[in-house]
Parts: sequence; C-alpha cells; structure tokens
Amino acid sequence: MMAWLGAVLLILGLLFFLAGSLGVLRFPDVFCRLHAVTKADTLGLGFIVLGLGVLQQDWQRFLLMLLIWGLVMLSGTISCQLLGQYGREQTTDQEEPAE
Amino acid sequence: MSGDFWFDALLGVLLLVLALATILARQLAAAVMLYVVFGLMLALAWARLGAADLALAEAAIGAGLTGALLFSALARQPKSITPPVRISRMELLPALVLCIAMSAVLGWTLWQLPLQPAHSQLPAALEQLGSSGTEHLVTAVLLNFRAWDTLLELLVLLLALLGSRLVAAPEPAALQHWPLARQWSIRLLPLLVLVAFFVLWRGATAPGGAFQAGALLAAALVVLRLNGQLPALRFDMWWVRALILAGVLAFLLAGLLSVWLNWQPEQAVQWLRWPLPLAKGLILLIELCATLAIGLTLTLLVVGERKELTA
Amino acid sequence: MLMAMAVAILLTVLLGLWRVWRGPDLVNRLLAIQLLGSGGVAILLLLSQALAQPALLEVALIIALLAAVVPAAFVQRLKQEQRK
Repeated sequence: MMAWLGAVLLILGLLFFLAGSLGVLRFPDVFCRLHAVTKADTLGLGFIVLGLGVLQQDWQRFLLMLLIWGLVMLSGTISCQLLGQYGREQTTDQEEPAE
Repeated sequence: MSGDFWFDALLGVLLLVLALATILARQLAAAVMLYVVFGLMLALAWARLGAADLALAEAAIGAGLTGALLFSALARQPKSITPPVRISRMELLPALVLCIAMSAVLGWTLWQLPLQPAHSQLPAALEQLGSSGTEHLVTAVLLNFRAWDTLLELLVLLLALLGSRLVAAPEPAALQHWPLARQWSIRLLPLLVLVAFFVLWRGATAPGGAFQAGALLAAALVVLRLNGQLPALRFDMWWVRALILAGVLAFLLAGLLSVWLNWQPEQAVQWLRWPLPLAKGLILLIELCATLAIGLTLTLLVVGERKELTA
Repeated sequence: MLMAMAVAILLTVLLGLWRVWRGPDLVNRLLAIQLLGSGGVAILLLLSQALAQPALLEVALIIALLAAVVPAAFVQRLKQEQRK
C-alpha cells in the first residue's frame, strides 16, 4: 500500500520535471522559461521528496530531504528573480537605444 | 529491468557528449556553462559508484567553485565575452599527436592495473583503520597512510595561487549591487559556514573532509565579496597570508612533531607517522587549518584583488 | 523502481541540456543550469535511497546551497562586464 503511494508520488514528481524541461525547451521567451524552471524546482522535487519519505519511513532523513527541498526552492526563487531582473534590463536596453 | 545498466549507460554517454560539447562550443561563455554541467554530471557519476567523498568534492569544487572561477576569469578579459577562436590545421597537428600519445599511455596504465583482489591493499588498510585515529577509511588514507600526498596537494594549491598572482589580468570594474542578492547572501552565510564545519567534523566518521569544507567556505566568501559585503581581499594583508599558509605549515609542523616523537636512535626517521594517542587530535588540527587555508586560497583565486602590485 | 526513476529524470535533464547548448544568450543558459541543478538533486536523493548511502544526501545539500551561489556570481560578473 505504501509502496504504491510512494510510486504514484514519485511519478507525479517526474511529470513535473518533464513539464519543466519541456517548458524550458519550447516556451518562446526567457520569462516563460523561468516559469517552467520553477515548476520543476518546487513541485517536481517536492513530490519526489514526499514519495521517498513515504517509501523509507525514516523521519530524520525525511527532515533532511525537506531541508534540501526548501533550500532548492529558496535558491531557485532567488536565482530566477535575479535572472528575470537581468533579462528585463537586457530587453529594455534593446528597446530604448536612445538612452 | 536493469535500471542500473540504463542509468550507467546514459550517464556515461552524457559525460562524453558534454566533454565534446564543451570543447566544440563556439562561445567561451557557453563552454564554461557546459563545463559546469559536466562537473555536476561527474558528481552524479561518483555518487553512482558509491564514492560519496568524491561526489562531495566534485559538487563543491568542480561544479560550483570552478564555474565561478572560470567565469570570473572570463569577465576580466579586455575584449568582449565571446571572442572567436581560429586555429589553423598545422597548429593542431602537435596537439593531436600529444593527445593520442597521452591516451595511449593512460590506456596502457589502466590495462596494467591488477584486477585480482589479491593485489589490492584494501584489506591491509582496513586492518590498520583502528590505529589510524579516524573511523572513516578515506580520511585515514588521506591524512594518515598517505599523508605525504595530501601535503603535496596543499602545496600545489598554494603554488596555483602564487602562479595566478603572476598573471597580469585587468581588474574587473566596480560592481552594481542588488538588494535581493545581498539579503540572500546574508541569510545563506550562517548555513554555509555551519554545513562547512559539519562536513569537516564528519570527515572523521563518514564522508567529508577538509577540501569539501574549504570549498563551501570559499563559496560563502566569494558570494559575499561579489555582493560587496566584504572588503577586498588582498594578498598584502598579513592575516590573509597567515591563513593561506596555515594549512601547509600545520602539516609540516605535525610532521616534524611526529619525527621528534617517533625518534629512536639507530633507526630510520619516521616522517608523518602519527603516534596513536595523538593521531585523532593531530588529524583534526591539520584538517581545520587545511580547511581555512583551502577556503581562503580558493576565494582569492576567484575574487582576489591585486591592487598592491600597481601601487 | 528507484533506478528507473533516476534514469527518467536523467533523460529530462538531457532535454534541458539542449537549452544550455542553444540558448541564444547567457540568461537562457543560466536558467537551464538551474533546472539541471534541481534534476541533479532529485537524482541524488533517489540514488541515496537506492544505494543505501546516507552521505549522498549531503551531496544534494551542497548542490542545493551552491545552486544559489553560482548563478548569482555569474550574473554579477555579467553586469560587471557590461559596465566596461
């Protein structure tokens, strides 16, 4: 029973990773691709952490995995925000060459 | 369903493709990015082989810090960030000959490695583990059985720093600072320092060690410096020089101490053999000094300033 | 099961690599690296469970920590480069 639940959660995580990668590949714009990356960071990794937690039932390792997930989410947020700011500066530079 | 086989095959192919792509990339910045990804995949390869110490070191140094180092070197170029590289075919010939010769030598060396367990030194090392001062075999090998090699590695790192100071690269321009990045680096700093010393401490019983911890410290210092939250680190500051030399000095002093303590008349000098009651303390002290030295050396390699040379 | 999942995530990582190779400018490449970093962390979590090596969780922790540092360093250097 737990094995099935774990497997389902892991597959959900895989689906979000796939969605993230396809988004990065196919979306037309830098900003849309940033959206796709954050889906993999948050939900993709989150479901995998939940699935592994269900499968192994060791609460200490589960806490460490939650910490790792939290760090990846935070660092992903910061990086994508910085990249978005930089990308916006790039595009405004191109649109207003008179400055 | 041999998931193992598919994982290994895919990872192997990926590593080869990444290596080729890094070399063939037309823009240097793209090559640096691909090299960072290559480091990450290599860390995964070490993890797959069960070598957690190597995976730790590769993730910290190979993927993270080397990427920052290469990109910082790229940013100091006087020209634009994507210089086109044109090499004539005649100039390629010696390089090709050298590559083929090196590959042949490496292949021959690999072929000579004994595959039979009877030739392996591992059982003897495992027996000696109890008297080495640590419980983790990799740390025991690095800092006890083959301490000479680790001392030389620290020397090599020091030489790399000194060599990099001889290269006259133009100074990077002043940085503009983002509040978001500054807030994040301040929040990240305690966690990085904590994990660094945790990894150092755990090297005694589980995968970890001085190089990995030093790389984490360097990452913290590099990001603080890039955000302008740390003053310029220059080689002419006395404490910078002291900390950089601390690793090699601690090792040498411990070696001399071991010679003195193991001294017996009419017998060969025993260099770098830790006496059993002192082994654990000595190893921890050496690792601590090495961590600080490696951290500061790597930081200087990435963000060191050379204003004192132009004064 | 776990290794099959690791293989699958490695394949999605491969997709992200295309963006690193092709991304017309650096921002595209950097965000692809962010994706690859998260994929690497996921693979390490799976490997840690599959190979019964708890130390691999620490490798994942290090990658998660440095994943914040590296893009920030890159972007700072990029902005430096522009000011010249």
